[in-house]
Amino acid sequence: MMYEVKATPSRRTYLVGAIYGLTSLIAAALGVPALIYLFHPRRETVSTGWVDAGDLVQIRPESPREVTFRSNRVDGWKIRSEKGSAWVVKNDDGTITAFSPWCTHLGCAYHWEVARRAFACPCHGSWFSITGKVITGPASRPLDRYETRLEGTRIWIKPVRQARGI
Amino acid sequence: MKGVARRAADWIEQRTGFETFIRSFLFEDIPASTGWPHVFGSIAIFLFLTQAFSGILLAFNFAPTPGEAYNSLTYIMRSVTAGRMIRGLHHWGATMMIVVVAIHMVQVFLYGAYKKPRETTWVVGVTLFLITLAFGLTGYLLPWDNKAYWGTSVTATIASQAPFIGGYLRRLMGAEDGVGVVTFARFYDLHTLILPGLMALLVVVHIYLVRRHGIAPAPSDEHPSVKFFPRQVFRDTVAIFITFVILFLASLLIGVPLERLADPTDTTYIPRPDWYFLFLFQALKFFRGPLEPIGSVVLPTAFIAVLFAVPFLDRSRVRRLRQRTAAIAITILAIAGWGALTMAAIITTPSANTDGLTSKGDSESWASFSPEELAGVGYFRQEHCESCHNLIDGDPKVGPNLASLPVRRSAEWMIEHFKNPSQLIPGSNMPPIHLPDAGLNALSAFLLKLTPENAARLMSAPSNASDGAETFVTSGCGGCHKVNGTGGDMGPPLNGISSRRSKEWIARHFDDPQKLSPGSIMPPYRFAPSDQSALISYLFSLPAH
Repeated sequence: MMYEVKATPSRRTYLVGAIYGLTSLIAAALGVPALIYLFHPRRETVSTGWVDAGDLVQIRPESPREVTFRSNRVDGWKIRSEKGSAWVVKNDDGTITAFSPWCTHLGCAYHWEVARRAFACPCHGSWFSITGKVITGPASRPLDRYETRLEGTRIWIKPVRQARGI
Repeated sequence: MKGVARRAADWIEQRTGFETFIRSFLFEDIPASTGWPHVFGSIAIFLFLTQAFSGILLAFNFAPTPGEAYNSLTYIMRSVTAGRMIRGLHHWGATMMIVVVAIHMVQVFLYGAYKKPRETTWVVGVTLFLITLAFGLTGYLLPWDNKAYWGTSVTATIASQAPFIGGYLRRLMGAEDGVGVVTFARFYDLHTLILPGLMALLVVVHIYLVRRHGIAPAPSDEHPSVKFFPRQVFRDTVAIFITFVILFLASLLIGVPLERLADPTDTTYIPRPDWYFLFLFQALKFFRGPLEPIGSVVLPTAFIAVLFAVPFLDRSRVRRLRQRTAAIAITILAIAGWGALTMAAIITTPSANTDGLTSKGDSESWASFSPEELAGVGYFRQEHCESCHNLIDGDPKVGPNLASLPVRRSAEWMIEHFKNPSQLIPGSNMPPIHLPDAGLNALSAFLLKLTPENAARLMSAPSNASDGAETFVTSGCGGCHKVNGTGGDMGPPLNGISSRRSKEWIARHFDDPQKLSPGSIMPPYRFAPSDQSALISYLFSLPAH
């Protein structure tokens, strides 16, 4: 760079260095909090707890059933009460499994194909077995599961979204 | 590598001329007399850019409608990491910008830098000053807390006092029926769309004019001119850095207050403008009755008109600073007047008092509260109010702290609010409380009694006592029996019953009062077993007197 010469070269270097140095400090002191502000995860005040998702007697073995429930979700500055769903399977040993209702490929809603005894996602043709394993298709991991517990014959599930995004 | 960077820079230069432009900007000739007094314009621009930056960040998490605005700002301050600091940057940056713009104007005024041919530079500068104030005025409303609401209500009223155009101004502010959603939308529009665009445009014009005429040299400056870069750029950068350090520390260390959600029915709120408008607030006190618009509208407008006219009123030739006695005198008088009025306003401002909240119920244990108040404790627990409300302090929750609320509400207000929260406090997220009237009465009685001093004592009441009090209240026992000084006289007072009767006796008495107390007119009561045992333990816990 050709600079105007008046000040001695060393003084000039000092001035230019100070200009760049101080400007960078300001940029960093503004930029770092801004990045934290935008990207650091929010502190959640209320978390979704267990919800009552129906009765075990409604579910036959080998026949997954979509149950719906209401749950509270913290959405920014609001707490929303919203409808949710899960596919519940009654296992042979009497336990239950609840799958989150979204295909693990790109988040479409899948359904149970009675004829083929498998979960089918119509979006991009992923198929999952009754245990949630990928049979075929672009999905690369099994269906996501919700925590479940039984109180008598009442089904309780904890509909927490997976951190993976879908 | 360097070769690649140079070639890329050349490529861009050939197609855009950016480098030439930046060079001509940096290597502009400026008078040798330019120095530290000339840094304030640059600081002002820096602060404007910082405001745009922090403002855009705030807008990422801000819902620009009343109520929602308050909730989202609470969210920014409590849930978003660094949110408090970003708001601090915006708040204190606004304050500093007003200070710096004012200092910049004083400097230009003292040096007489507005004189021919720089009149238009001055006029554009005064406009920029007014835009800065307009930013402050419109931004004041956006938190939608009590301060914002009431402050803007006063502003809207003042605007409507303007001769001839008052009505139009008020309509333009969307405040014909008071400050509300329309006002909010318009202020937000002004604050985030119109004013920033206008200011950016005029800043460019301002700098263009400064460059066109050059920085005004001191009259005695005989030296050959120097280049803007690096010496003056260095001074600007150091000054900007000092400003930034102050701003940064303020936003980290000084909390920006957020008052309670705006409440148009709050009759106790005393609005005060921000400190830079306090002098106007104080000056207004000198104009009463029909003269009021003179203080609120005519004088400020006249002042602005004079400000615009400065370069046309003072057409004398450029003099040294020391010879500008009139300018110095005017500046000192203006600052002294502003300072005196501001001080007077601060001194006469009643401190936000919490008197009346602390007077009652100091040394009482929970057992001496009335049954209704104690039942309220039970309903408070039963309805899980504490999941959204603290009583005094603790980790911030969604709802306000109930014992330290600055405003006392009537029981009627509370009951209406419980039934339909968002109707009385627009934007409230609170779900309605479904309780019978007796329960709502008890809850409001408890909240009326609640103070920061007795909160811990009230909440220390064991649950069987508060459950018992609930049963007492819902069964209407107080209609005939006095407890802790409240209740009817038909039956005997129940304080001290533990020394007169056994628990078994009371239980049998509920079944058939006449059998144990011949001549009693008390009807028999069939309680659920748990209710009955809670009621009896409650009665047994009452103080003897």
